[in-house]
Amino acid sequence: MSPTQWDFPVELCCRPMAFVTLTGLDVTFNAVHRAIWDAFCANRRADRVPISFKVLPGDHEYPKCRTKRTSYEWYIPKGILKTGWMNKHLNLVPALVVVFYELDWDEAQWKEKQSECATRVEIVRQSLQGRNTKVAVVLIQKKTPLPPGEDMIASERAAALCNACDLSGKSLFVLPHTDHLVGYIIRLENAFYEHAQTYYYTEIRRVKSHKEFLNKTTHQLLFVRHQFKIAFFSELKQDTQNALKNYRTAYNLVHELRSHETNMLEIKTMAGFINYKICRLCFQHNTPLDAIAQFRKHIDLCKKKIGSAELSFEHAAWMSKQFQAFGDLFDEAIKLGLTAIQTQNPGFYYQQAAYYAQERKQLAGHLCNHEASVAYPSPDPLETVNGVLDFYGQRAWRQGILSFDLSDPEKEKAGILALQLKEIEVIHSELIISLLSNAVAQFKKYKCPRMKSHLMVQMGEEYYHAKDYTKALKLLDYVMCDYRSERWWTLLTSILTTALKCAYLMAQLKDYITYSLELLGRASTLKEDQKSRIEKNLIKVLMNESPDPEPECDVTMVKTAQRLWADRVSLAGSNLFTIEVQEFVPFVQCKAKFLSPTFHVDSPVELHVYLRTDCPHPIRFSKLCIGFSNQEYNQFCVVEEQYHASEILEQSTQGTMCLVPGKTRKFTFKFVAKTEDVGKKIEISSVDLILGGDAGRCVILNWRGGGGDAASSQEAVQASRSFKRRPKLPENEVHWDSVAIQASTMIVSRVPKISVQLHHEPPALNNEMYCLKITIQSQETTVIRDVKITAGLKPGQDANLTQKTLVSLNGAELCDDSSPALLTDIPVGDLQPGGKIEMPLYICCGTEGTRIFLVYVSYLIETFVEDRQIICKCHKDETVTIETVFPFEVAVKFVSIKFEHLDRVYTDIPFLLMTDILSTSPWALTIKSSQLQLASSITSADQLESHVENIVLQTGESASECFCLQCPPVVSNQTGVATGCYVISWKRSSADNSVPVVNTMITLPHVMVETIPLHIRADLPSFGRVRESLPVKYHLQNKTSLVQDIEIAVEPSDAFMFSGLKMIRLQILPGTEQEMLYNFYPLMAGYQQLPSLNINLLRFPNFTSHLLKRFLPTHIFVKPQGRQAEEDSIEAA
Amino acid sequence: MAVCVAVIAKENYPLYIRSTPTENQLKFHYTVHTSLDVVDEKISAMGKAVMDQRELYLGLLYPTEDYKVYGYVTNSKVKFVMVVDSSNTSLRDNEIRSMFRKLHNSYTDVMCNPFYNPGDPIQSRAFDNTVTSMMVPAC
Repeated sequence: MSPTQWDFPVELCCRPMAFVTLTGLDVTFNAVHRAIWDAFCANRRADRVPISFKVLPGDHEYPKCRTKRTSYEWYIPKGILKTGWMNKHLNLVPALVVVFYELDWDEAQWKEKQSECATRVEIVRQSLQGRNTKVAVVLIQKKTPLPPGEDMIASERAAALCNACDLSGKSLFVLPHTDHLVGYIIRLENAFYEHAQTYYYTEIRRVKSHKEFLNKTTHQLLFVRHQFKIAFFSELKQDTQNALKNYRTAYNLVHELRSHETNMLEIKTMAGFINYKICRLCFQHNTPLDAIAQFRKHIDLCKKKIGSAELSFEHAAWMSKQFQAFGDLFDEAIKLGLTAIQTQNPGFYYQQAAYYAQERKQLAGHLCNHEASVAYPSPDPLETVNGVLDFYGQRAWRQGILSFDLSDPEKEKAGILALQLKEIEVIHSELIISLLSNAVAQFKKYKCPRMKSHLMVQMGEEYYHAKDYTKALKLLDYVMCDYRSERWWTLLTSILTTALKCAYLMAQLKDYITYSLELLGRASTLKEDQKSRIEKNLIKVLMNESPDPEPECDVTMVKTAQRLWADRVSLAGSNLFTIEVQEFVPFVQCKAKFLSPTFHVDSPVELHVYLRTDCPHPIRFSKLCIGFSNQEYNQFCVVEEQYHASEILEQSTQGTMCLVPGKTRKFTFKFVAKTEDVGKKIEISSVDLILGGDAGRCVILNWRGGGGDAASSQEAVQASRSFKRRPKLPENEVHWDSVAIQASTMIVSRVPKISVQLHHEPPALNNEMYCLKITIQSQETTVIRDVKITAGLKPGQDANLTQKTLVSLNGAELCDDSSPALLTDIPVGDLQPGGKIEMPLYICCGTEGTRIFLVYVSYLIETFVEDRQIICKCHKDETVTIETVFPFEVAVKFVSIKFEHLDRVYTDIPFLLMTDILSTSPWALTIKSSQLQLASSITSADQLESHVENIVLQTGESASECFCLQCPPVVSNQTGVATGCYVISWKRSSADNSVPVVNTMITLPHVMVETIPLHIRADLPSFGRVRESLPVKYHLQNKTSLVQDIEIAVEPSDAFMFSGLKMIRLQILPGTEQEMLYNFYPLMAGYQQLPSLNINLLRFPNFTSHLLKRFLPTHIFVKPQGRQAEEDSIEAA
Repeated sequence: MAVCVAVIAKENYPLYIRSTPTENQLKFHYTVHTSLDVVDEKISAMGKAVMDQRELYLGLLYPTEDYKVYGYVTNSKVKFVMVVDSSNTSLRDNEIRSMFRKLHNSYTDVMCNPFYNPGDPIQSRAFDNTVTSMMVPAC
């Protein structure tokens, strides 16, 4: 019996294909035959018909056909299915035998050849006697055949040949070996396939015909056998639907068989085979749910059919195989495109298979636990005549016996014993592990990380049982962190316990210590006595002794382990272990904290380290040291205690490094920070706690950062949520949960003891030298040295501000562009206690807006910390926000001589420029002077002198000036002509005399200049009086170089009578002036409209009188006629 | 009746696990732990659907040869897992549902206790009794 007795036979698992044999081909020596054979068997893709070909000699002996039974009346079957049957029909009995024969139609010796061919066919027929196997002849011809019907000789000879060979015309083929060999071969094999299908069809009919002879009592087995055969032939016929139907029927029939302990295995074997076929076909038909349902039904039906109790491991093995095979089928289907889901994937079947394999192992261990003296029975009851069983699933020692009674109990006993002894030799662990690893691969694919971890634990445990501790440890170690991070402590403890056993059995020191540390910790769910035992073992290991063996270990392996441990003890060196404890939950917890997040450099840095153990007994550590980011501080934070190895468990709690379980122990450290570290962070990079000493083994427990472990962060969250009142503790003890890790602190400079005050009068005025008075007063008790001031615009503001802000210490002259925005490190010198320095800073802001100014004062001072003298650098900074505003607003307008608004000026006609300075400064301004700087295109009509010199303007006050200007003829353009600029020299009224005057230049607006051909001016009194003559003189001036023809008409007005030329046409020579005199006589009092003058320039039709009217008054005030007295007074005036 | 009842925290660590004392406790711990794979998957699939009116009962998580594992998840992502013997065919889906509802009510009572700190293992006699009433009586 091979170890693979539970594996399904190959012929069951393969895809059945029609079997066709080819004879008459000499594939070794004949190149043509070789080419034909290659065309048949090479490159058989899915689109070719499913046939399995075999080349056999023409005289090959096919299996003999047993004589047909005419009656089944006395026939009693010996089993369900013969072991050779499937193979026989797959590989031995062909559906079709093809005879290849080289023969051309125009063969000279036709007669001879024809009879030779007939003989060959006859030989084949002989050896197939009794079978329905078809025979076909293929003539290999050198010539390409003519189209059918044209070659008369061919059809004649073909008919003759068919007759001679007793063949139907359909079984004779011609194969010309020309260029299109493959094409001919494909046509040939399609024809063969049809013949084969006919053969299998007749076979099915033949088997079905037996049915009527059978009866239910004696031929139960035959019902199954026949049904199976029909299904199998259907498969060969590639009729999978009918095959599936027949297999289903067969499956039901199998379960109808009378079962007993003796034939249970046979029934299960056959049920397993048929189930396999059904599931396979269901997957093939893409109905996976049917497959799953069938499999479930199969398992439910067979689960309880254990059979012989003494061989119950066989049932487990069989079950395991069922699951595994289904898993394989499922997996295969997925590879061909089926999609599986998380809850229904092959992994579950492999897992179950593994589970049954484990059960098999257990049962085997239980049932086959024979004494060493029990010998293998002789003669071997498992031996059969030809090495194989006749029927599937029968016992070798009672083949073909159908009786349920055991005829020979002795033989039965020997057989069982043989089987049991064989079972011991099976390496179960290997089977289990391979199944588990299959399952792991599947679960990984279907997003089941926890299931995967669980299976890996099982694999690890199986390796442990198989005594492969290295692999076990590797797997367990791999999954441990998953369980730890999900905080399933029960499971973690169980895994750790197994891992500890592995570590012990391999005498792996570091692993042994690591697992012990965690098993003693608070995450471990072990009982107190177990923890106590582990702690004692750990201490033994630390003292360089062998620990006691772990419970439930294999005795022989313990012996080996003890030897290994003894070697370890004698072997010196490598007794120092560093264990990173942050990743797991060790029995000692650590929290380190700086007392404050910042320390001033002139005060000592204080640091507390809290330790707490959870192990059952007090434990003594030898050293605690803390590492910092700046390693120079490490030396200050070390606690060390010398003790003798024997004292390690002594119950003295006085020693500082002896930790009592559950009690928090605090260690205090203090050191002075270096002055270079001012502004830097000091971080705790590690905490090392050392267990054991020089005498024995030494273990460094290393925490990175300020302590904590895999469970501590969650615990801290829980503790912070808790409302529970913490029990009162003695004065010097603290609550573990109330301690928070503070792993870093900042060293900041000493607090300065000086005052910096800033005096100024905001807001600053644009471009002025704004004075900021800085007053520094020392409040230190000793002399401060090297006082330096950095003052100016605070860096980090808008870059434009830096450009437009200038800072200077010299207020007497204006800043130029070379002045910086920030003056750095202005040395001031030393300052006595109580001393005071005042310093003005001048700021010139080129644009308005808000700026932040910084005044930073630094100095050095000597001071003492913890009796050490250090030189501290102190600094104080002040910032001030200063708004800059325009000191005044200047409004400029152009008006005519009559103070009328002008939007354009006329060449050579004087006009006025008015400026208006409105103070917007909150502080009084002194206007020192003002100056009009005219552009070349403008000339002044009179002297340009300032009218606002030394005027003081309060907020909201304004100062106005007026200049009479004239514009000589220019070539005007669109934008007008520049008029020049207006410069105002001013300063803050409150500023010192030394403070320079600020010149603010205002560019005057451009003005549009227009040339007019004619200028008209009216001379008239300021008012008229009713019924008194009002003389008016109009001056008309020709501004062109041409003689002007002018028409003048006066339109009458209701308010006036007038004398003078009512309508005239006249000429004015270039550059000359014409006067027109009128006498108006007002009729009505009030603001009256004057008679208007309509002027028409004949040479300039575009030039309308409307434009000219602008130069003329339109109205005049007419006073009523007063009394005489009044008249006199007026005349007097 | 259930053979194992477990309450799992939002972060997937156990708050409460009880199984019939007659059988291997560790096995049930593993069963409950592995079932969280399916719970996680179902929750993440649900996350896409409407959150407000979702069904708390997750149904059968996965069948093993011997047990059926059912799941239930509260709105605060606390999971209830119940393991039922496969041979126990008398239990309908509705009954499982009502058992979960009962468990949820009892869990709510635990949460309402001002002395209970959410996230701590459940140590409540009332909750214990509720669970006991759902468990297969130990024989």
